[in-house]
Amino acid sequence: MSPLQLCVAFSSVLFAVGLTGALARSNSILVLLGIELMLNAANLNFIAFWRYSPAPSPATGVIFVIFAIAVAAAETAVGLALVISIYRHQRNIRLQEATRLKG
Amino acid sequence: MEPRVAYLWLIPALPLLAAGVGCVAPRNGRRLAAGAAIAAMLGALVLSCFALHLALADPSAHLVYNFRWFDLGNGAVRLGLLLDPLNGLMCVMVSLVGLLIFIFSLGYMDADENFTRFFCFLSLFAAAMLCVVVANSLLLLFIGWELVGLASYLLIGFWFHRPAAAAAAKKAFITTRIGDLGFLLGLVWLYDTTGSLLLYDGGNGVLESHVLGDLATQVLAGGLAASTAIGLLIFCGAVGKSGQFPLHVWLPDAMEGPTPVSALIHAATMVAAGVFLMARIFPLAAADQGLAAAPVHVLTVVAGIGAVTALMGAAIAVAQHDLKRILAFSTVSQLGYMMLALGVGSWVAAIFHLLTHAFFKALLFLGAGSVIHAAHHEQDIRNLGGLRSPMRATYATFSVGMMALTGVPFVFSGFWSKEAILHAASEWNVSHLPLYAGLAGVVLTAFYMTRLLCEVFWGAPRSPAAAHAHESPAVMTVPLVVLAVGAVALGFLGTPAWPWLQSQLTGEAVPAHSLLEGGGLMALSIVLVATGLGAGWALYGRRLRATAGADDPLAAAAPRLFAFLGARMKLDELYAATVGRLNTFAAALAVILDRWVWGGAVGFLARFGEFTGSVNRGVDEGGLNAGFDSISERIRGAGRAYSRAQTGETHGYLRALAVAFVVLALLALLGGGQ
Amino acid sequence: MSSVPLLSLIIFVPWAGALLLASLPRLGAPASRVLALAFSLSTLVLALAALGSFDCASTGYQFVERHGWIGALNSDYHLGLDGLSLLLVLLTGLLAPACMLASWRNIPDPRFFGLLFLLLQGAALGVFLALDFFHWFIFWELSLIPAYFLIKLWGGPRAAHAAYQFVIYTIGGSAFLLLGFVAIFAATGTLDFVRLASLGANGALGAKLATLGSFWPHAVFLGVFLGFAVKVPLFPFHTWLPPAYAEAPTGVSMFLTGVMSKMGVYGFLRLLWPLFPGPLHAASVPLVWLALGGAVLGAFAAMRQTDLKRMIAYSSVNHVSYCLLALFAVSSATGRSGLTSEAAAAALSGTLLQMFNHGLSAAALFYCVGVLETRAGGRRDLGGFGGVQTAAPVFAGLCGIAMFSSLGLPGLNGFVGEFLIFRGVWGLVPWAAAVACLGLFATAFFLITFWQRVFHGPRAGAASAEFADLGRLDLAVLSPLIALMVILGVLPQLQTMLFNPLITMWANHLNLP
Repeated sequence: MSPLQLCVAFSSVLFAVGLTGALARSNSILVLLGIELMLNAANLNFIAFWRYSPAPSPATGVIFVIFAIAVAAAETAVGLALVISIYRHQRNIRLQEATRLKG
Repeated sequence: MEPRVAYLWLIPALPLLAAGVGCVAPRNGRRLAAGAAIAAMLGALVLSCFALHLALADPSAHLVYNFRWFDLGNGAVRLGLLLDPLNGLMCVMVSLVGLLIFIFSLGYMDADENFTRFFCFLSLFAAAMLCVVVANSLLLLFIGWELVGLASYLLIGFWFHRPAAAAAAKKAFITTRIGDLGFLLGLVWLYDTTGSLLLYDGGNGVLESHVLGDLATQVLAGGLAASTAIGLLIFCGAVGKSGQFPLHVWLPDAMEGPTPVSALIHAATMVAAGVFLMARIFPLAAADQGLAAAPVHVLTVVAGIGAVTALMGAAIAVAQHDLKRILAFSTVSQLGYMMLALGVGSWVAAIFHLLTHAFFKALLFLGAGSVIHAAHHEQDIRNLGGLRSPMRATYATFSVGMMALTGVPFVFSGFWSKEAILHAASEWNVSHLPLYAGLAGVVLTAFYMTRLLCEVFWGAPRSPAAAHAHESPAVMTVPLVVLAVGAVALGFLGTPAWPWLQSQLTGEAVPAHSLLEGGGLMALSIVLVATGLGAGWALYGRRLRATAGADDPLAAAAPRLFAFLGARMKLDELYAATVGRLNTFAAALAVILDRWVWGGAVGFLARFGEFTGSVNRGVDEGGLNAGFDSISERIRGAGRAYSRAQTGETHGYLRALAVAFVVLALLALLGGGQ
Repeated sequence: MSSVPLLSLIIFVPWAGALLLASLPRLGAPASRVLALAFSLSTLVLALAALGSFDCASTGYQFVERHGWIGALNSDYHLGLDGLSLLLVLLTGLLAPACMLASWRNIPDPRFFGLLFLLLQGAALGVFLALDFFHWFIFWELSLIPAYFLIKLWGGPRAAHAAYQFVIYTIGGSAFLLLGFVAIFAATGTLDFVRLASLGANGALGAKLATLGSFWPHAVFLGVFLGFAVKVPLFPFHTWLPPAYAEAPTGVSMFLTGVMSKMGVYGFLRLLWPLFPGPLHAASVPLVWLALGGAVLGAFAAMRQTDLKRMIAYSSVNHVSYCLLALFAVSSATGRSGLTSEAAAAALSGTLLQMFNHGLSAAALFYCVGVLETRAGGRRDLGGFGGVQTAAPVFAGLCGIAMFSSLGLPGLNGFVGEFLIFRGVWGLVPWAAAVACLGLFATAFFLITFWQRVFHGPRAGAASAEFADLGRLDLAVLSPLIALMVILGVLPQLQTMLFNPLITMWANHLNLP
């Protein structure tokens, strides 16, 4: 297997783990962790495809990834704040119970 | 131009000032108000005497002082003061009689709590009356004229808490107002035609020849001269004020006022103002005499009204029981005589009678006041009687007044003035009916005055009030004595032997005649007076009334006639049934028009607007709004259906995301080849 | 000309007062009363200042203020004062503080009351001073809004209905007025009164309107006429008046009858007559009949009223009808050969005097009825009193003077105006003067009956118990009015000198085409 294939396979696994975590856990923080894993899988793909592309221009993939990490950090901050506020309202952070905003 | 005439305004101004003092004086300021009023009248009397003196210096001159009141358009409205012997005599008469009555009132009104107000009103009246007298402008005269009406209203209603007095005051004001409206129209007509209301204005006044000539030749529809129409309209005012038929109905009711008021206003001065007015504008009233074709002359109407009033007043007086009402109808009758004299062309005789009448009628009223005061406000002659011995001074002076009024020959003034009137009437070439009416009135006058005297003073007292009567204080009897002297002495100013008054008033020397000139007429009237006195004595003096409830001898003889006269010929009822009804009907009509016709039209418009509005609403709500509403409802339904997808389950969303991702990935993989 | 914009101050100082009251929501009741009174007094002070430097001999507008305003409408901010306006501004200046004082007690929320009243006062003054239709109409309509609330919020039990009727009726009239002026603007391109009057005087206005269509000159005349006829009101457009005057609180009734009814007459004199001399002349005979209807039927209707305020309201109909009678008589005689200007000058002077004098006497009478109403706990029916003169002699005296002034007793102010009107009308349309006499008679009849029932007789009804005589506040309202009635009755030249040159000019221009 070429390094690219290895990378892609690894990221697929990572993505699948993240997705499973996000879908299967009821703890909101763990769901957030799952989402982070999926994001990182995507980041890994960016790096891999940039590194093993036929003519990698300098820093393209890295900048993508840095942006994505920054966005993910912001997203996590918002997500954690939401978690705290969910906790304040229902004294736990079980995602299944946070259904008050249904239509 | 006599500069002193400009000071004539002081004569009415002094009483006006006194009225102002009385108006602001506190209620217990009795001395202040009465003192000011009497001092002002005294001042006015002194000034009047000076004025008369000035006027008599040249009796034919009309001394005037005209001034501008306010600017109007390119011209101005002007007023003026006038002095001639007629004015001068009236001024002296009004202020002298006024002064005496003021003094009398000190005693008569002593117990009244509104003493200060009484003197305030009396002074106001005197000021207005003197204003009428000194005016050289019909406008100023009209102003004074209305103000005497106001004063009369206030004084008739002086005891306004009595409903009868309040009603009488209203009746007096309204009735005279009807006449005054005619006066006002005459005034504006005259003003419009001549451009001036000044009586004498250096040749341009309305009483001066060239203006009069214009007026008399200006012919209206029906052949009536403008001066006739104007004269008749102005005469309406005199009819109202002087209690002439058919507007005399207020005068007897006016006796609800205090007796000094009746004496001053409703006997001596104000009611005579109509006569004065007609004498004042006599040249205007007589201007149409030359027009043979005119359907009616002013003076003919005046004479006719005067004759009817003279006879009617005397006839009604025969059947009255109220002391003051008898005198009131006597006043109506005597004013009729004056108008009669004016109408037959002798305004001098009218003024002569006006002056003598002022004295003897004031005397009679004040005598009646003295009786009423003594008898605790008992006015019904059936309840009086026997006052001769306790009230000697009143009896004596009242008798003098009575004889002057009846025209007892030679000594009393009324005789001479009445003779002058009858003499003038006999020389009138239009008709002798006024003369006959006047002669009939002489009999009736003698008759009812004898009845009055017998019932009040002779016999025995017929009520406790009359039994306890005693003579009034000197403040009341002294004016009586002074007036009695006047009632006798004044006659000698105008006898045929020494016609001083006549020559002064006309400004021409009137030749003296023998005392017995026209002796036949004089003898006839003496016989008639004697007949009246004899009949009165026969019916009332020979067999005196025994009790208050006893039948009147005349009523026993002719009950229906007596009742008819006693009810004042039912004229009040007639007016209530005609004019009163018409008035009420007009008012009701106005309200109905207002509420149902005009209000109804507006209401209809409003209903129409409401109807249009409701139609509009129907279209809006049923048509347009319903369409919009149904569309909106569908949109809402759709929203409700879709919102069910929003479960709030985050895992559900994630799952949907994952499935969608897988589906998309599969689509990309499977369709990637193309 | 002084550099101070005096006329603007006259109009806007009351509005500034209203603004001040509006911006002080927590102001206490006594302070707001004092503040409102002070601002309403400003008119009198400023009007006297204007009087001081007013040139009585001039016939033109004085203290003119003119600034460009709305170019698209060719409309300027244009104010001016002549004898007619000055008379009415003085009347407003006199009556407004009196009305304010009349509302001193028994008025809940005096701050809001004062605010609305000052708005009304400023608007009325604006109507008397504005010389351009655009802002004149704004003032004209703005006066309705505060009047509506003043009647509705502080009025009697049926005030809401009366106020509604009053406003709808008047706005209905104004709508025609506005449409008329829209057409005038379309035809002439100007809204300036002075320019329009000069167009009206030589007949050019009618010709220009005719270019829009032959129907327009008549329609515009009719529209403008309706606007003013409702406002005055001219018989038979008067049915809104008795309920509105009767239901309004005393101070507002005083202002409505004293000032607002004059706005309509002012409109007739300032706009309708100069702008449409021809059509007015053509319509004058029926109009004389309408004025006579108001004068006679109004007085007869007053005779049947048992509510004293309604009675005085009907007497207002009667009195303002005399003003219009004189104007219509003058108009009917326009151009007649052999006409002297004296009768016309008398009639027009009479109209102006009657406007002022009726303002004084009707306001005083309304106040007197208000005094009765307050003392009697809200009763004001003719049968509810008796012998008030015994209970309250000072009140009776002052009310009596107001009453006799109203029925035209010589020596008081009412007489001069009525005499001049009769003198003028007689010279122009004699039969009308004769018919109008019936109105004089009926006026005397119902006022004297009122007096007999309420003041004379034994004490009865509300006067049988405790009935206080006038207090200091009452005297402060009544005594200036009563004093003026006497003074102006004796010295009418104080009024006539203000407008005599103007009247003379009007009277001399009657023979125009």
